[in-house]
This record gives sequence, structure tokens and C-alpha cells, in this order.
Amino acid sequence: MKETWRRTIRFNLNGRTVQADIGTHETLIEVLQRDFHLFGARESCGQGLCGCCTVLVNRIAVSGCLYLAAFVDGAEVITVEGLADHGKLHPIQQAFVSCSALQCGFCTPGFILMVKELLERNPKPTVEEIRHYLSGNLCRCGTYSDIIAAVVAAASPSDERQGVVSNEKT
Amino acid sequence: MTARYRNLATRVIEPPDVQRKGEVGRSILRLESNAKVNGSAEYIHNLNIPGMLHGKIARSSVPHGRIVRIDTVAALGVEGVSAVVTGEDVRTLIPNPYYGPAFHDQPILALDKVRHVGEPVAVVLAVDPHIAEEAAELIAVDYDLLEPVFDEVAATKPGAPIIHNILKPAGTFPDLKYLQGCSGTNVALATHVRRGNLEKGFAESDAIFEDTFRNGKVIHATLEPIVALAEINDQNGLTIHTSSQSPSFVRTEVSRLLGWPENRVRVRTAYLGGGFGAKLYIKLEALVAVCALLACKPVRIALSMEEQFYTITKHGATVRIKTGVKKDGRMLAREVETWWNGGAYADIGPRVTQKSGFTSAGPYDIENVALHNYAVYTNEPPAGALRGFGISQLVWAYECQADIIARSLGIDPLEFRRRNALREGRPHATGTIMSDVNIEEVLDRLSTQMNWDQYFDHGTATIRRGRGIAIGIKACVAPTTSVAMVNIYGDGSCSVYCSTVDMGQGSDTTMAQIAAEALGIRAETVRIIHPDTDVTPYDMATLGSRSTYHMGNAVRLAAEDARSQLLAIAASALRTDADELECYDSTITSPSGARITFREAMASRFSMQAGNIIGVGSFTPPYQKPDQVTGQSSQITPFWMLGGVGAEVEVDTETGRVRVTKLVSVGDVGSAVNPAIAKRQLIGAGTMQLGFTLFEEMIFDDGQVVNASFADYKIPGMLDIPMNFTGELVEIPHTNGPFGAKGIGETGMFCVSPAIGNALFDATGVRIMEMPLTPERVLRALRETDSRPLRSE
Repeated sequence: MKETWRRTIRFNLNGRTVQADIGTHETLIEVLQRDFHLFGARESCGQGLCGCCTVLVNRIAVSGCLYLAAFVDGAEVITVEGLADHGKLHPIQQAFVSCSALQCGFCTPGFILMVKELLERNPKPTVEEIRHYLSGNLCRCGTYSDIIAAVVAAASPSDERQGVVSNEKT
Repeated sequence: MTARYRNLATRVIEPPDVQRKGEVGRSILRLESNAKVNGSAEYIHNLNIPGMLHGKIARSSVPHGRIVRIDTVAALGVEGVSAVVTGEDVRTLIPNPYYGPAFHDQPILALDKVRHVGEPVAVVLAVDPHIAEEAAELIAVDYDLLEPVFDEVAATKPGAPIIHNILKPAGTFPDLKYLQGCSGTNVALATHVRRGNLEKGFAESDAIFEDTFRNGKVIHATLEPIVALAEINDQNGLTIHTSSQSPSFVRTEVSRLLGWPENRVRVRTAYLGGGFGAKLYIKLEALVAVCALLACKPVRIALSMEEQFYTITKHGATVRIKTGVKKDGRMLAREVETWWNGGAYADIGPRVTQKSGFTSAGPYDIENVALHNYAVYTNEPPAGALRGFGISQLVWAYECQADIIARSLGIDPLEFRRRNALREGRPHATGTIMSDVNIEEVLDRLSTQMNWDQYFDHGTATIRRGRGIAIGIKACVAPTTSVAMVNIYGDGSCSVYCSTVDMGQGSDTTMAQIAAEALGIRAETVRIIHPDTDVTPYDMATLGSRSTYHMGNAVRLAAEDARSQLLAIAASALRTDADELECYDSTITSPSGARITFREAMASRFSMQAGNIIGVGSFTPPYQKPDQVTGQSSQITPFWMLGGVGAEVEVDTETGRVRVTKLVSVGDVGSAVNPAIAKRQLIGAGTMQLGFTLFEEMIFDDGQVVNASFADYKIPGMLDIPMNFTGELVEIPHTNGPFGAKGIGETGMFCVSPAIGNALFDATGVRIMEMPLTPERVLRALRETDSRPLRSE
């Protein structure tokens, strides 16, 4: 393969500076999976229409299946694996667990990162705002109402979140 | 009660424990929750094997044609390509390379001819998936075109092009054997149910209604696309890693194809990113196995979303339904004729045809019934199971017609259903006596949740409002077997070994709760060992809402077996009688108050932290094969699933857009093992069927799917689901279910479409017979009714 088709990039990945030798045609997902063994962002529709591949680049959610790896040179990249703090789940992750906002789980990391972007821009979204913001993420198992509940919980103080958990115990 | 168990069951199952531990019936969180939110959950999609090759499939561009020549020269010339495999190469390894659960009709790669657009013709193996894809596009195939047939009714007519020259039943199902060697037909299977005297029933009827309903094809669209890897292992065998719902079947079928004993083929799965029936039987497994053996290297093939549209679909169906009724609304006679569009290969279509077909009279007490079902080959992509096995196509027909009849007779639709409801103790159309279902309760819940008796505002301006209900029934596939093991380790902790695949339905959690209830431990401490045919015992498959009932019973029996072994050890240690001991919270206690923990009991037997107690459970519910002519059977199913849905809609009469504003999904679920998960199954299934009802539809042009991507084929998103969407559980313990439970995964699919179709009629007076209810279709119908028809395209 021609040299011009390859390059070395350096970027911040989940808080650490890393380096990767990539093909210029390669997507961010491919590089995250092959070089860094991070599988939380995953390709599904391959067209940026389902949200399973969502990754935060400079705190902006992008479709990792379309976003070229070369573009993250010098950028800050956060994947779902970078959210927990020494094994302690991020409040958004915890809310997804507490509200059972997942079934097969394939779309879950993408939703979580999209919610992270949402809550950074709008810490107290209404249900309508949540629905519109997350309308580009698809869940074939149909957990949408639980995801909305998880976002509401994540945006609320922890005592309210406990309320959601206890409601579960039917 | 006990006597009834003995009559029904091949093995006697004790009635449910009187003393419950509270593990079953508790809405615990899913065991794998953390792994699914932190990115660590294992999917086969994530798997890479050092040195593996990537396969990319070159596919047929024509719907029906004879292969004249496959030119692979250009593809082989691409740098990084290591091989191109064609059907003839497969033949060098497997002389008769046809597979399928019902018919051995599907070649691993096309041989001699192709039968649908998208059929795999060759595979490129390369070091990199992009190279494989580029090279696959360079494969040139010449075809002699043959006339195709796409419509399921047309394909049964004399003179239709014949898709398979000879029918080749797999032999797995004894009742298909009579088709062996049949030729000159596209009807893979015709099944019939006959009860009473149909002509007499129609003659005595005051009114007869005859309608034909249709639905097109839709797809599962699992977000984890189908993927499989194969590698030659160091024991002269193959290891196949696959996103499969049926690892045991994959092992059986791949070993049959290779002529190997089953113990040389190892099949393992992980969590599935959705299944819904797409990942059953053989999909990519035989292909990766052959490629790995030919290339002597590990091979991975992963489908793209687009390729999934050419791999497996739901059945399109045409349902003609004729019903005779008395003035008071009692149905006297019903004849249903259904043509199932099975596509080019049978897959599990014949089972869909038979198992769903016999329920096509609905959950109604009708004396005179004739049900005819035809599994039909066409030149579309193969159709198989999709969450409900054909039921939603039938419920669409019989529940829309129920409304047509009720309204025509001036009877309230809910009351009409009450008058005809098939109640406990009455014979179903197949002759099986109904038991362990409560149709009254389902109707009552619908009535309450929908405020059915209250005034409903239909609106007056361009936005019209309406409401509708529907009920539907499904039998569970039979006869099938599940086997499970429960292993108690030296420290008293416990694992369950079972081949049920957790694809999002929460089976790991369910099985842990059942094992925990039987053993007297906390469900959260149970570990589930994922399917691996080298490790976990046989299971028919994860399909048809069978796992909770079948595997649940097997796990329960295995846990009880382990428990009795553990109690024998404890009895000896405590110098008491095992019968008097109780297990709770991993501790065994005697009536006198003596206690010993599981850990201590194990140490007392093995002298240190060592050893295993292995409990085994095997479960095959009783079944009576139906009579081939009449379809009658004393025991057609291990249990019935009954669902009901109520819908409220708003219809924009200027655009034809239907907005569902409220959905209530009622499921008769037996005793729910985990009520929160059970409710989510109802809502999740309802969400999927909502998409099939309103907008999902594969659009074909000469056999080519022209909307094979999420850009053009939309699945429901956040904004499509009603905010008012509830799941309602009707919990009446099933006599033979594990702790009273039965299956639930499909129940929420059955009734969504007719409930919405009926609500659309209630809102507008327009009756649409074909799904999906797209704005265009609705608007055309509205304008037709208004004598202002829209021009056709």
C-alpha cells in the first residue's frame, strides 16, 4: 500500500495520549477496535443512522463508523469505556442500569454517550427534549421508555434515582 | 391436580413448591447490566482470531437464473486476496452441500442456479475486509435468465415457474417425509385443520363475511448483524463462534454436512445484539466452516446491514378468511386459507406454516372450522421465523375481520370477542382442550385500561381520533427438549450450564432466578455459563418463547437434583433426615435449628474446598402429533400464549399519517419470573410490531430490495412510540410451567397491527386490508372513500 495512504496520528483516548498507525481510509471504529481493543462503539447500519457507533470527539458525538480515524489527530476521544472512574460507573451508566434501560445492549453505549453530550449542553432536559435529542439512536429491542427514564434519573439528584429503582420491585 | 400432571407429562413434575424463597417473582436487575453499560459485554461481533481471513460474499444480481460461468480471475489478482471459493469448491469438500431445518434445499454457495437476488454465489477470502469487499465486486457471473415468480398466490398456480425441481425434506420433521422427491410444485408444505361441518355451519349462518388480508415482507434488522467465525482446532475438529440463537442445531447440521460425529464440532455463542428469529438454524456457519477448512485458516464473515435484507425476512402472507355468524354475533363457521411467501429457500417456513396455521381461527370457540395453509417458494429472499412465527400475519386478518363483523352486526367489538371467546375446558380448532389461559381476564384488562365503556372523542376537524382492540393466540413449538446442568463448587457457589442464548430477552437473569428459587440461594449470586456445545448441554434453540418454560423446567429439575445431593450430604453432617432440611440463603437448616452452609456441606463431603455437585435436568413436554388429514390432536402445544392490545390513534386526514397516541399490551404470562422484564418484553415486542404496522416494508423491484438500508427502511425510533404505552401482565400460574411461568417473548407482537387498523377505521371509517399503514396508503384510501381518488403512480 502506498505510503501516502498511511499516517501516524496522536490523540487523547479516554484520558491518555496514544498513537496509532492508520490507513487514511480507516474509520475511527476500525482503529478503536483493532489497535485499542475497545468494542463499546460498534458498527451496525454502517451509515451513521443508528447511533451504535457513537463516540465523543472533542465532546461532540460523532458516528464512528463514518468518521475517519485521521480526523482525530490531536483531538480528545471518549468512548464508553472511558466513562467509569476506577470501576465506578458514571452516573449516566448507573442510571441505565437502575432503570433497566437496556435489553440486548448493542445500542446501549451509543445511547449513553449521546446522553452525555445532551446533559453537558442541557443538564435538565424535558422529556420532549430527550426524545428529540435521542431520535437518531435506534434500539430494536424497544427500550425507549426506559431510556427516557434513565436520562431523567441521570439528570436528577441521586435520591430521586433511588425512587426509580424501588419502583422496579413490583 | 397431581393426577392431571401424570396424565399429561412424560415425566412427572411435582406441583410448584408451597414454600417459595421469593427469588421467582422478584424484579431483579439484569445480571449483565454493568457489562452492557461499560462496553465489556461480549458479542461475537467483537471477536478477532489471530491470523484470520475476512470473507466477503459475492451475491446474485438476478432473481432466477442458471449459472453459466463464474469469473474469479480479477478478484484473485487483487493484492491481499488469498482465495475465492465457489459452490464447486464447496462440492470438493461436501458432495451434497444443502442445508436447512425443514428441507435440505439451500446450498452453502449457489450451485447450478440462483433463486433470489442476493443469493451467495462466491466468497472472497482476504487479509483485510476492505480488500475482500473490493475483490468481491470484481467477480463476474454470467446467468441464463429464468422466469421468476414473486407472489405467493401466483407461485401456486399451474404454469408458474418451478423454483426447486425436486423437494428435499430434511427428515428432521417426520410429517414432511411424504414430500420426499415431489416435483413440479412450489408448495413446500400444505397443512389442514378440519373440525365440525363447515358447509352446515355456513348454511346455518345469518351472515357470511369474506375478506382477504395481506402483509408485505419486513426484516428483523438486528443491530448486531449476523456474524460467524470458524477455526480448525487442535483436536481434529472445528470451532465455530457464531451470533446464533441455536448453537445445538448448528453443531448437528454442520457435522451432518461434513459427515463428522457431533463431538468434532464445537459451537459457541456470546450475548447476541438482538435475534428475533434472524439468527436461527444455519446462516453463515456452514459457509465459514467450509472456508476455514479449504483455506486452513480461521475465517470471519460478518454481514453488513444491507446484506441482512437478503439473508432472512419475515413471511409476506395472503390470508383469505370467510366467517359465518348468527345475528347475535356467535361465529358458527370459519374457513381460513393462507399462502405464506417463503422466498427461495424453506428455512423454517414450513414450521411457521403449520404451527401458526393451526391457530388461524383465532382464540374463538367456533364449531365448524377449516384452516388451510401453504408454504410457498418464490424468488424473493428466504423467509423464516420473526418473533411470533407467523402469528401476527394471521391476527392481522382475523382481528380486522372481527371488527368488520362486529360493526356490521352493531355489536360492540369487545363484546363480540367476549361472546366468541375460547374458554378453559373448551376444544380448540385442533381438538386440544384449552387450559391455563384466561381470555376473560385479558378482555377485562383491555376494557379497564382503555376505558372502553366511556365516551371517546373522535374529533371533528382534519385530525380524527379512534380506538381499537385485538386479541390473539399462539401455541408453543413442540415437541422440543432442553437439558441443563447446575454445578455447585467447593465454596458453595453455583453456576448454571444451559444453551439458552441471551439475546436481550433476559434469559440469563430468568434462569438464575429459577435456579436460585429451587436451590435456596440469591439469584444475583448465580452465574450462567454461556452456550458452548463443548460445555453446555443440548437445547433445541432459543425461539418461539419456549426458553422460560422448557429450559426453565430443565434448570429447575437440575437445581432440584443438585439440591437433593447437597441435602444428603448435609443430613449426614447434621445427623438428621434429608427430608426435614430446608435451604435458604445458601444455608441448610433443620427443624431443630441446626445449620450448615453450602460451603461447609461441601467441605464436609470433600474434606476441603473441593469437589462438585452436578445436578442434571432434562425436559421434553408431552405432544400429540396432529392427524395429517384433520389436523386434530389431543395435545398440540405445551402451553398457549394469549395477548391483547388496545390502541388509540390520531389520523391526519390531509396527509394520511397515523399517530399512535396510546398502546396497552396485555399478556397472559403465567406467573412472571421477573415481572419487570416480562413487561418490557411486551413493550419491546409491541414497539417492533408498531414499525411493521405503520411503516416498515421491504420494497422489491424484480426481486431486488430497493430500500435495503436504514436510510430507506426506517425502524421505530424515540419519536415513533406513544408516550402512553403500558404492559399489563395477567398472571395465572401455568400448571406445568417452572414455578407457574410460561413464555412471553412474542406475545406483545400478536395484536398491535389489527388494534391500530381497527382504531384507524374507528377514526375515519376507512378499512385497510394490507400492511403497513403508510401515509400514502391511508391517504389513498381516505380519498377513495371521499370519491376524490389520488392518481396512481
